[in-house]
Formats: sequence, structure tokens, C-alpha cells
Amino acid sequence: MRALITPWLMAALLMCSALAQADLTIDITRGNEQATPVAVVPFAGGESLPEDLAQIVADDLERSGYFAPLERRAMFARPSSSDEVTYGDWKALDARYLVVGRVSRDGGGVSVRYELLNVGGESRMLGEVISASSDQLRAAAHRISDKVFEEITGIRGAFSTRIAYVTSSGVGDSTRYGLYVADADGRNSREILTSNEPVMSPAWSPDGKKLAYVSFETQRPSIYVQELASGRRARLTSFEGLNSAPAWSPDGRKLAMALSKDGQPDIYVMDIATQRLERITSSSSIETEPAWTPDGRSLIYTSDRSGGPQIYRQDLGGGESRRLTFTGGYNARGRFSPDGERLFLIHRGSRGYQVARQDLDSGRLVELGDSQFAESPSVAPNGTMVIFATQRGGNGVLGAVSADGRASFVLPAAQGDVRDPAWSPFLN
Amino acid sequence: MQLKPYVRSLTIALALAFVAGCSSTGGTQDGSAAGAGAGGTGTSGYGSGQVSGSGLGSGAGQMVGSRIPDERTIYFAFDSDTIRPEFEPVLESHVRFLSANPGTSVVLQGHTDERGTREYNLALGERRANAVKRYLNVQGVSPSQLEVVSYGEERLAARGHTEEAHARNRRVIFAY
Repeated sequence: MRALITPWLMAALLMCSALAQADLTIDITRGNEQATPVAVVPFAGGESLPEDLAQIVADDLERSGYFAPLERRAMFARPSSSDEVTYGDWKALDARYLVVGRVSRDGGGVSVRYELLNVGGESRMLGEVISASSDQLRAAAHRISDKVFEEITGIRGAFSTRIAYVTSSGVGDSTRYGLYVADADGRNSREILTSNEPVMSPAWSPDGKKLAYVSFETQRPSIYVQELASGRRARLTSFEGLNSAPAWSPDGRKLAMALSKDGQPDIYVMDIATQRLERITSSSSIETEPAWTPDGRSLIYTSDRSGGPQIYRQDLGGGESRRLTFTGGYNARGRFSPDGERLFLIHRGSRGYQVARQDLDSGRLVELGDSQFAESPSVAPNGTMVIFATQRGGNGVLGAVSADGRASFVLPAAQGDVRDPAWSPFLN
Repeated sequence: MQLKPYVRSLTIALALAFVAGCSSTGGTQDGSAAGAGAGGTGTSGYGSGQVSGSGLGSGAGQMVGSRIPDERTIYFAFDSDTIRPEFEPVLESHVRFLSANPGTSVVLQGHTDERGTREYNLALGERRANAVKRYLNVQGVSPSQLEVVSYGEERLAARGHTEEAHARNRRVIFAY
């Protein structure tokens, strides 16, 4: 018994130490009133685990904005498999779906048998057994969330993805900066880089294995590319002036960026293998914040050629650029939905700087949420949520809002400021 | 700064005389330079207009030319890269110093307030620092002595969302 407990204790201690570093917690700020009620029953046999798997699944589903998990104290039955379920119990609680499961020890890890049940139809939608090592318990729970989410909504779940973000503490010259990668729920954070000089604009490679970012560690901004598994990195650009806003092409071979080596900041595309640069814009105004269309054939970017910042689109085959945003005097840092039909951006409205969504067909712009200081929007790979930087109580925090604006939550750090989030692509 | 040999001082004095001649486009030059509090004792020699005329002016010249001006930050209005008239004396003091010390270079750090997107602010900070660089170039400072590095909103001088905090953050710093 003692031999069994020790590894768990170790895992718990390790997790605590990680938590002390730069993990983010989650506060739901606005639930979706139209969310579907679901019950995730505590998994039988999971009581002694350092992680409460069913709770992680319930939290994931709630954060998505699509689901409203039933509170545990309202559950008067605790079935662990479909044959123990009395559907009437759950109909009485208005639960539309039910997740039940059982955990058993499996060598050094666990195996989880879970089922997703349709309460109204009294039928089983999904049943699966998954195994996980003791340090992968949270990952196992996120995998269950992914499956449950996709089975009900038809949309691929993005709970097993990760986020990169930048932290800072202190003010002025004594500020410390950190670049971290954590699970999409803010846990299991891992340090990528710390520096006395600013770090900004992390961008995931499409395969999820590398980050491009801007670091001022040489007292000047340069673009670096770092492999996450090995920590190996290379400085990609260090031109005179700005080296900023790296954005990977969908095929992972090129980086779009903003450079000011030829005067005002313009958009360039670098072939990573050959390091050859192609200049995309040349004007006397500011051009920055490039992003690729999902098909990789066009770029969008922010330009102030009309006076204030607005978003433009440029086909890489040539031709004239086209202005996309016309609502208000400040629209910047556009990012596409995965289907390429919508744009998420920062819009200055009557209440300040907010995340907004613009449908490209209609051109209609809708403000999402009520942040005053939103920056750096980044779209989940399944398009359901947008993560961004904002402020709360004088500190920089990450916020997230559902693509329809109905649900939102914040991820504050234990201390200091968090900002510049980048949502990873699908990693599995 | 290390002490300059005597000959160097003379060169500095001559350079100052040159600058004084070049920068006389504005009628308020002398008065504003003296009143700027830009260089403390350093400005007095220049304001007196005695440097070029006196072969023994090396003492004053040394003070003007060999000390980095104390005022090293200038501030900007919201969404603007226009040099405000009240900061021209500060720029003039750096013109004098840099012209007198052609071997010295300075990094012009451009900063913005926290509002708006980070990458766009990085570009705005560069625009501010470039405005200062252009000003110094026009006043005769060699481009080789000047480098622009924008920090955008990455290194705020003041926290908080008040206009006062924003105003303190919209700045260009002379980093020698």
C-alpha cells in the first residue's frame, strides 16, 4: 500500500509546485442561459485520485458555454454505469445528458470506463475505456470532455489543447517577463522563457510543436522560433527596427511578420527553410499584425493608411488590398475563425477596447463581452471560443468569450500580469 | 563619462559654436534652452553665448558637452507623434551633447500607453521615436549616433487606467 501511495503523493506535490509557478485559475463570469443541462456524476473509484476527473469534465463542458453542469449536491443518485441509471431521476432534474464512469487502477496508472447517456431518449450515445498514466489524469479527463462535446454538438472538442501566454511582474526596468505554455484550462503550466526584457506575440506552429515569438533579450526585438519538446531555438530575424507579429502559414513553411527595416512597418513573408523574404506591403503608413486566411492564399493585416487602424486583406497572388472593417475608428489584430467566414478582432467601441466578431459576408460587426481593455484575441482551433488579454482589478488577466458572446470566463494568475495568449492548434 | 583632454574640449567648444549657428532657426532658442532645466549647469555656458567667442571657454564647453543631459524623457499626446514645443529644449540639450560627442550614440526608446493592441502599439512607439530621430537629424546629429527601438506598451512607466498614467507612458526615452 505504501508503495502505491508514494507515487500519488509525489504527483500531488509536483502539481502543487507547478501551481505555484504560473498556473491560471478559472472564474466563470457569464454563463450561457441557453446552455444545455448536463449531469456529470462523480466517477466511482476515483475518490483517492489526486484529480477529480468528473469535475474536470464538468468544468470543461461549462467553460465551453454550451453546457450547464448540474451541481453535485442536487444528484440524489450516483450511478457509475448505464445499467445503474434510473432515467426518471435525471429527467426530474432536467438533465438532458448524463455522463457516468468508473475508475480502476491499472498498473502505474488508471483506466476509466465512461458512458454518455441521452436522458430523454434513455439511450447510450457513447461508451469507452481509456487508460492514462498517473501524471496524465487531467489529460485523460480532457479527452473525455472532447468526446462528450463532439458527440452532442457535432463540433470537435478543444479541451485537450494548450495556450501560450506571457507573464510580467514589476514595473519599469525591474520588470520580469515570462513565456509559458499551459493546458487550455490554465493548469500544468510550463516555463518556455524568462527574461528581464519584454517577450511578446507567441504564435503556435500549425503542428503544435513550435512557438514563434518576439523577444527583446538583446535590447532589440527579434523573432525567435523555439521547439517546445527540446527547448532548442533559433533567432529568425534581427533586422534593424521592428521585428514583430510572427504568424505561421497554415502549411507551417512560412512566417508572415511586420518589419520596419525599409522604413515604416510593412508586412513580409519569410520562407523558414531558405530565410528568403518577400515584401507584401509597401506604404508610408503602419502595417502590422498579419494573419493568414485558413486556405493560406491571403493575408489580413492592420493598417492605419486611412488614419486610424483598420483591417485589410491582401491576396498573395497579387492585386489590390481590400479594406474589410468599416465600423468605428479602431479595428485591429484580426484573426480568422477556422472556417474562414468570420473575423475576430479588437474594436474600440463606446465602452473601450473589446473583442468583436465580424461576419465577412455581411460585414456586420458584433461586440462580444464587455471588456474595456481587450487585446490579443486568439481563436480556439474549433472556433467556439476566443481567448484574449484584458484587465481585472488592476491586473492583466486572460479572458475568454464564446464565439456567440453568450458565455465568458477569466483566467487570472496567482500574481502579476498575464497577457498575449495564443491558443494552440489541435494537438491530437 | 571620462574626463576629456584639453584639445578635445576645444573641439567640443567649436562643435557647439557650429550647432549654435545651425540651430538658430527658432527665435526662442536661447531663452528656451536656458529655461528648460534640461542640463542644469550644462546649459548655462550655451545660454550665455560665450562658448564660441572664448578660447578659454573650454571649462564651460566641457560642462555642456561632456555631461549627458539630465532630462532624458519627453512625452506625447494621445495617438500623436508630434514633438510638443515644451520638450524642444530637452531635445536641444541632447542635440548639443550628441554633436559635441560624435563618438557617443543613443537609443531612442519609443513607448505607448496600454490602450489598443500590442503589436500596433509597437509600431506607434517606433513612430514616436522616429519623430525624435528626425528632429535630431535635422538639428545636425549624425544618423549613425541614433538608434530607434520601440517597446510599445511592453514596459509601462506607470500602471493604472487614469489619463495621468497614460500620459506618463506615452514617451520617448534617451537611453545612453
